[in-house]
Amino acid sequence: MRIVLDRAKCTGIGICESLAPTVFEVDDRGELVVLAAEVPEGALDEVTEAVEGCPAMALRLEP
Amino acid sequence: MSASAVHAGPRSLVVVGASLAGLRAVEAARKAGFTSRITLIGDEPRLPYDRPPLSKQMLAPDGPTDPVTFRGRAEFDELGVELLLGTPATGLDPDAKVVHAGGAEVPYDALVIATGAAACGLPGTEGLAGVHVLRTLDDARAVRRALDEGARTVVVGAGFIGSEVASAARKRGLPATVVEALPAPLVRSVGRELGAALSSLHTRNGTVLRCGQAVAAVEGADRIEGVRLTDGTVIGADLVVVGIGAMPRTEWLAGSGLPVDDGVVCDEFLGAGAPGVYAAGDVARWHNVLFDRSMRVEHWSAAAEQGARAARNAVAPEDLRPYSTVPYFWSDWYGSRIQFAGVAAEDGVEIVSGDPAGDHFVALYREGDRLTGVLTLNGQRHVMKYRRLIAQHARFDEAVAFARASATTAS
Repeated sequence: MRIVLDRAKCTGIGICESLAPTVFEVDDRGELVVLAAEVPEGALDEVTEAVEGCPAMALRLEP
Repeated sequence: MSASAVHAGPRSLVVVGASLAGLRAVEAARKAGFTSRITLIGDEPRLPYDRPPLSKQMLAPDGPTDPVTFRGRAEFDELGVELLLGTPATGLDPDAKVVHAGGAEVPYDALVIATGAAACGLPGTEGLAGVHVLRTLDDARAVRRALDEGARTVVVGAGFIGSEVASAARKRGLPATVVEALPAPLVRSVGRELGAALSSLHTRNGTVLRCGQAVAAVEGADRIEGVRLTDGTVIGADLVVVGIGAMPRTEWLAGSGLPVDDGVVCDEFLGAGAPGVYAAGDVARWHNVLFDRSMRVEHWSAAAEQGARAARNAVAPEDLRPYSTVPYFWSDWYGSRIQFAGVAAEDGVEIVSGDPAGDHFVALYREGDRLTGVLTLNGQRHVMKYRRLIAQHARFDEAVAFARASATTAS
């Protein structure tokens, strides 16, 4: 599964990072960095939670 | 899984309140596979729009004047959501399962209450031009117009929204004063010591901060001319923005029998004490199991999450799930970003990065031996790491050790 970020919607507050820190990290300027293009082995649950938990609906998963 | 198996329950969903929580509620219901009728009722005559920019980008001289709407009308049609906008709800009969709105009766099987909160005004200033709260698009446009005209600005209340207005005024080089009735600002939000640290941003950026002063009187016949404080000082003003808090919009529920106590009282599933009725957003007081306490939060992310959870529970009552969260908010002052997650327990605060007198710090809060909160100033990289630790019930000493280890790695 590919992780897709819509930068136009992302507010950089990082709710996703608190749910899936292996994949999402906010940098010093408040920009979200997606650390993995694909969902890493064993991380699907937490990445799904982060995608569904994004209050800005800026994340989605694509097959 | 067949649609009929999922929807043997509710045949219609009504969501009252068309801001972020209400919007996320109707979206989540459809996402969950709910195919029956959905009605979204809102009192403002416009599509749901994003409120955080109202006190931020929209107050800048070159900022947008139109709100960010999440979805156009056509997209609501596509979603199969009937909109009743400009239609304040006036009553609820949970026995008949009917919402009264705009003189009509709207029947429901499942209901999400997301009527938000209303900003408190300053008594005695009704009808006086130049005095505003900041909650709606109309408020924001009025404040922006006054700033565009070069208003001398007085903010009543040293909270987050008022502080953002003061910041916007100073950015334009306009004189700004923040008046706070309590002896120290932000005590309830972030504690005394760090409230003082954040408030020093005001003085460092040329805003006058007057604590321990209430507004004794306002001057001006039709239009605000000045504000008289309890010590007799008069501050000339063309714009007064009142940021002294908000009250949950529960007045329309009077007589409904729903439990109301500074918000609609909900269980951990956001269930509001009547069959099929849930609440979400600023209006909801619910039991947050993560902290084992009753909470009502006026935060953007919680409104979005609660709206979605409340709707999912409402349309699929056979699969109820609790809503718990580490509350989170942010505020932008003078080009700096303030972020807070958790609760500001007063058992102890430790600065683990930066300096409260400077432009960056990370502060951790403890309750007993547990980490309960984190406050950062320009600490975007830090805050969510601690939010996760708070959600994991981390001990305070573990969090401090984590901070030290991160500092070592970073240097």
